[in-house]
Amino acid sequence: MATAEVATHHDDTRHHDEGFVKKYLWSTDHKIICFQYMITGIAMALIGGFFAYAFRMQLAFPGMEVPLWGVVTPGDYNALVTNHGTIMIFWVAMPVLIAAFGNYLIPLMIGCDDMVFPKINRLSYQIFLLSALVLISSFFVEGGAFAGAWTAYPPLSSTAEYSLTPLGSSIWLIAVALEFIAFLLGGINFITTAMNSRAPGMKLYDVPVIVWFIVIASLLFMASVGPLVAGAIMLLFDQNLGTGFFDPTRGGDPVLWQHLFWFFGHPEVYVVLLPAIGISAEIITVFARKKLFAYRTVLNTAIATGVLSFTVWAHHQFVSGIDPRMAHVFTISTLLISVPIAEMVFVYIATLYGGSITLNTPMLWALAFIGEFLIGGVTGIFLGASGSDIYFHDTYFVLAHFHYTFFPIAIIGTFAGITYWWPKMTGKMMNDTLGKIHFWGTIIPFNFIFIPLFVLGLAGQHRRIYNYENFPDLALDWMFDLRIMATVALLVMIAFQVVFFVNVFVSLRNGKKAGNNPWKANTLEWVAPSPPGHGNFEELPTVYRGPYEYSHPDREEDYWPQNEPA
Amino acid sequence: MIEYFLEQGSTYAASLDGVVNLIGVLVGFWFMASLGAFLFLIFRFRKKPNQKAQYVTGYEKHEARWVHWPHHLILVCDIFIVIGAVQVWVDIKQTLPEEPEAERVRIISQQWAWTFVHAGPDGKLDTADDIPMIDELHVEVNKPYIYELSSLDVLHDFSVPIFRLKQDSIPGRVITGWFEPTITGEYDIQCAEICGIGHGLMPGRIYIESSQKHAAWQAQQAPIALAATAQ
Amino acid sequence: MRPIANTRSAAGIPTGRLAVWWVLASEIVIFGGILASYIMFRLSHGIWADYAANTNTMIGATNTFVLLTSSLAAVAAHAAAERGDGKLAARRLVYTILGGGIFLCIKSYEWYTEITHGFTISANGFWAFYYTAAGVHASHVIAGMILMAFVAKDAAKNAELHRVELVGIYWHFVDVVWIFLFPLLYIAK
Repeated sequence: MATAEVATHHDDTRHHDEGFVKKYLWSTDHKIICFQYMITGIAMALIGGFFAYAFRMQLAFPGMEVPLWGVVTPGDYNALVTNHGTIMIFWVAMPVLIAAFGNYLIPLMIGCDDMVFPKINRLSYQIFLLSALVLISSFFVEGGAFAGAWTAYPPLSSTAEYSLTPLGSSIWLIAVALEFIAFLLGGINFITTAMNSRAPGMKLYDVPVIVWFIVIASLLFMASVGPLVAGAIMLLFDQNLGTGFFDPTRGGDPVLWQHLFWFFGHPEVYVVLLPAIGISAEIITVFARKKLFAYRTVLNTAIATGVLSFTVWAHHQFVSGIDPRMAHVFTISTLLISVPIAEMVFVYIATLYGGSITLNTPMLWALAFIGEFLIGGVTGIFLGASGSDIYFHDTYFVLAHFHYTFFPIAIIGTFAGITYWWPKMTGKMMNDTLGKIHFWGTIIPFNFIFIPLFVLGLAGQHRRIYNYENFPDLALDWMFDLRIMATVALLVMIAFQVVFFVNVFVSLRNGKKAGNNPWKANTLEWVAPSPPGHGNFEELPTVYRGPYEYSHPDREEDYWPQNEPA
Repeated sequence: MIEYFLEQGSTYAASLDGVVNLIGVLVGFWFMASLGAFLFLIFRFRKKPNQKAQYVTGYEKHEARWVHWPHHLILVCDIFIVIGAVQVWVDIKQTLPEEPEAERVRIISQQWAWTFVHAGPDGKLDTADDIPMIDELHVEVNKPYIYELSSLDVLHDFSVPIFRLKQDSIPGRVITGWFEPTITGEYDIQCAEICGIGHGLMPGRIYIESSQKHAAWQAQQAPIALAATAQ
Repeated sequence: MRPIANTRSAAGIPTGRLAVWWVLASEIVIFGGILASYIMFRLSHGIWADYAANTNTMIGATNTFVLLTSSLAAVAAHAAAERGDGKLAARRLVYTILGGGIFLCIKSYEWYTEITHGFTISANGFWAFYYTAAGVHASHVIAGMILMAFVAKDAAKNAELHRVELVGIYWHFVDVVWIFLFPLLYIAK
């Protein structure tokens, strides 16, 4: 509804200088808002990564004084794992994949000059920033940050005398609720923009897969988060107003929260997965010079996955006291979801057939996404089947499984996107050699962190335990060797991230000029100047064909931009 | 795969491990096949000078079948997995042994300790010879047990990895289930649901004893418990 | 210069209306979450019917009438805006705001009486849902009144008349939510 003000005040600002604040902090330009989300998300990733470092050090070397943190007490440990999970999902994966890439790509790829509600877009980021600050503030209040796991199961989360974090629990909940509001505003903007503002000639099947996926993800988020917002209000009242929604002694039911949480929590996986897998579709088609194999099938699999994801939530609760008969229904629906997701992966693999593949940095990231996500996907079957989940529930096998899905999503997908669109975002090329060093320095340690954790999970190691020396069966020497291996691999991986930042600075200072279309890609963002000014295109494009017409037999060139008349 | 790391300590451990192995074989096959095809295609279709990529839409029948057939086969694999998983689930979670042979044991979880109430020599709960113990569960090998699991404060989870058994405890509810140990020894009981600051300090131990040893333990404990209740 | 994004309408629905519908879609699941939880509890706790007997159906019915009447004023405001009569539209929006105000006054009186009789939010599960559901709804009433005040201010100057319709759609939604709350919290005893 901010359209009108924008209409009157929105000038073509490309040619006159604005102050730093107006240009970078108070901008309504979707690209600047993308950078705001991206930088905030990366800053939060550094915090979340630091937490992982602190508790992994404790696990490998119990009781040691961890450099930069100190001794990790049991309370610290719980707060660290809780906030590591919360931050990585809500303040890293969501803002970077949905909000940052959605903001940057939707208007550019559908060929228009901005979001339909630029001011609401700005507001969405500001609420998001506020939510991040609120979350961080919880570390400095009495009792410390919330320590009841990112799933926040009551009564632990609802009762201060159990959790011992009287303020932390409420601040955590308020931060999450604010973050949801930010993404609801952002999502409505994305959906409306993609529906209404496509370039002339752009039919639904001419929209690039990444735009489709971000829109489907926004819809999934919108449809799934409501019950959790309701649950958050109820939990907040339980904490502060003395209600008993989740308190069994007063007629409430703690399992209700689990239903509300996972009704959102499971679709949320696909909310962040879809943008990441969409990014790799764009990159694989460009660097294999191939048309996407069965574009409509890809869309159908995404929609099928999205719809099915609403029917599987209780597979997180097999052993949590639900009616055992319900487990059969959720086992079947969970295994069904493997069908569309597997089909999507097959389509990506089939796209490589007959290609002309260049293995540069963005392509390596995009391919690694498929390879690593495959491990995350197949290990999920063990957890979705009720019988085997009795054993695996809440072991390190679960932990390793979802890191094999979330790491490809949040880290590999993000680096794929950044390295691929970097020339467009900055007008400069990145160094490919440094990029490859960073790639291998991230991917190899990543596997050395989590494969040992699969093994530990198989051996029965449970999650969220700060010191395994207290459990004789888990304090064996070979288990500690694996824990140390995972921790050392994490340190190596963190160290290699320096290469990325070096690459960023070198590129910004001395990078080669990129030109409009360095990768010879078809989609509309490569028609705009690099970097695009406020308003994006010099002349708004008209669309004549789909986004993946690479190596068409009728053309000498191996690409055919969407806006080029036949 | 689990049996390589952990003994199978209950009657249903082997069938659970069987399902895990079945899933392992099926998804292992798909994983190797997809990864193999993926890596092969990457190496086979590397960029060569003066060679254009092929134009494949993926909609032609002979193209689409490369995706559709595997997708139907996966559905078939899923059916086998569902059948296996449901069988194990029904056995562990939806069946209870016959009462006279099976002994009841009460498990009370709280921040941050387990209380195990053993039935004592008469084999019945809520009698004078009940033996309550903190963090120690004593059971007899080859004898079915029915547990009554409850919680005094927050959620906990009664998990015995060698049994392949796991069940959340919920305040305000009593959840029943069963196990029958098949080996003797001393093993971990873990709390598998985060329950506050002492979650990592809540280790129980299960002592699975032969019937003679178990009787000896009962003979030693029952008078103490009786004296305690008499006071 | 208006951004091109605002003027295009590839889906055939004006952008503002499309966005309001999506806002409502996201609100439906929030209220849906509260109401579904409430219904689940209600079905498994027979005693809640006794607690519900203490709600005042007369007051609830009056409030339903007030809210429906205010929605009628919003429809009339939309009709005026369609004709281009901003002044009339603004005046009718003010009536709608007044309706919301009366609704809130009655609600405060009702809550005041209930709380002084000991039926507080922490009394039991039914009252917790009663105050939570009605409270979240009331916060939407307040938000709608504030939005309408801004829209009316513009409309009086004959500016942004299309927003009269948008805020009206939102107000009808607030109305519809109440129509679900009224039988669930008051009538079912």
